[in-house]
Amino acid sequence: MAALLPITHLLWDTWRGNLTVNPLQDWTFRTGDWALRLLVASLACTPIATIFGFKQASSVRRALGLYGFGYAVVHFFIFIGVDYRFAFDLIWDDLATKRYILVGLVALLIFMPLAITSTRAWMKRLGRQWKQLHKLTYIAVPLAVVHYIWLVKADLRDPLLYATIVAVLLLLRLPWVRTQISKLKYRRVFQKL
Amino acid sequence: MAPKKTIMKIYSSEITPEQTYYAQSQSRRQFFKTAGLVASGALLSACAPSTPSTVDPAPTAIKPEKPVTAGQTDELGDAITQYDAISNYNNFYEFTTDKQGVAQMSAGFVSSPWKVQVGGLVNNPKTFDIDDLRKIAPIERIYRMRCVEAWSMVIPWSGFTLSNLLKQVDPKSEAKYVRFETLLDSNRFPGQRDRSFPWPYTEGLRLDEAMHDLTLLATGIYGKPLLPQNGAPIRLVVPWKYGFKSIKSIVKIDLVAEQPTSLWMKSGPSEYGFYSNVNPEVSHPRWSQSSERRIGEMARRRTLLFNGYADQVASLYAGMDLRKNY
Repeated sequence: MAALLPITHLLWDTWRGNLTVNPLQDWTFRTGDWALRLLVASLACTPIATIFGFKQASSVRRALGLYGFGYAVVHFFIFIGVDYRFAFDLIWDDLATKRYILVGLVALLIFMPLAITSTRAWMKRLGRQWKQLHKLTYIAVPLAVVHYIWLVKADLRDPLLYATIVAVLLLLRLPWVRTQISKLKYRRVFQKL
Repeated sequence: MAPKKTIMKIYSSEITPEQTYYAQSQSRRQFFKTAGLVASGALLSACAPSTPSTVDPAPTAIKPEKPVTAGQTDELGDAITQYDAISNYNNFYEFTTDKQGVAQMSAGFVSSPWKVQVGGLVNNPKTFDIDDLRKIAPIERIYRMRCVEAWSMVIPWSGFTLSNLLKQVDPKSEAKYVRFETLLDSNRFPGQRDRSFPWPYTEGLRLDEAMHDLTLLATGIYGKPLLPQNGAPIRLVVPWKYGFKSIKSIVKIDLVAEQPTSLWMKSGPSEYGFYSNVNPEVSHPRWSQSSERRIGEMARRRTLLFNGYADQVASLYAGMDLRKNY
């Protein structure tokens, strides 16, 4: 539910006239920002639960992912509907010449089946394949970060911060890293004994 | 010959004062009331104890009424962008890369005294004092400004043509290009401490582009002296090129034989070329060049070739491949 605050804030700012003189850009940037933040937060849930034993993190993983996807969808419709008013010749022209748009669209398309199959029923139906399918998020989130890196003109600090966090979160999932971490944990336990 | 109406010349007396422009959005009656009050108030303090009721303040108050329509649009009928937007949404990396932050960061910028050194391949090199440049009979021009970031504004400038200045220094025949330089002073321009850019900001034009009647050196905006965030005290305005070509806070102008390399050409050679003419056919990896957001409007506009000045400038590039010479 707290994930609805950013969009409420955005609507509030729009209503109050607190946006910049380029409100279309504000809507696009702020929805894009929150999509990425929530998706990265969703990606952080499992490592937090396994490494720090903070089990509650797992329970919000799906909600964070879905809200992140929701913001990405709003972001996408602001782009094609509100900004470009469905002028498909212009949209096509941009898609063909701007790699950041293409990579963003690919990320969104990857997230679509993941959002659809996020329910318990689909989890049951797909069984072991569900986990395999949802590993696609390890591709889609980095693509979303690349989308951000490629669109920035000069100050790369923010997108590179996201890139670093996502890289760490993905590294923590490598089997070798996971065994090292669990070894470390056991050693600590034995030392205490 | 281009028909005369395509270049709209508006004299400073005709341009809409900022207050009048704002007043438009309020009730007109309210405006007259306020204007009348201000006028009679001024009269009161100036020539007390005369009775203000006998003096009709109307002539002074009405004066800016007529030019409102004359000064409100460019020659294509596009409305002038709100002064508030022009002064609070700026790309000026010498202060900050945050467009919203430039106005605040530049508030205390000292642009007086200021000298502009004009030299290089000229017969009569000269250093101009800004006060003298301001005395050159000012002309008013309403130009569209198209930023490479796909947003645009319509801005009323005042100043003089660059050709006017260049004629005074008498370029030599070897001079083929003009090179411009912004002040280099990280105390006054804190953004210059960011080493990721090769400061100072430099820009260039081909001599015929520089001599073109549309090419302006602006010392004023909205009928008042140029604000720091808009490039005080003197800047270039080349309306058919992307905004970054219109270099701000100029201290040096050199006539040269070789094509100058601008700051943006050094920073991103594949993205920013020497010409940087507004061209919807030549795409950019980040921003749409086929369409743009006009600040103050909620629907995208299609970008015009040479930003709508093709009639006047297309001949400068006859026979050139504009995709290669981007």
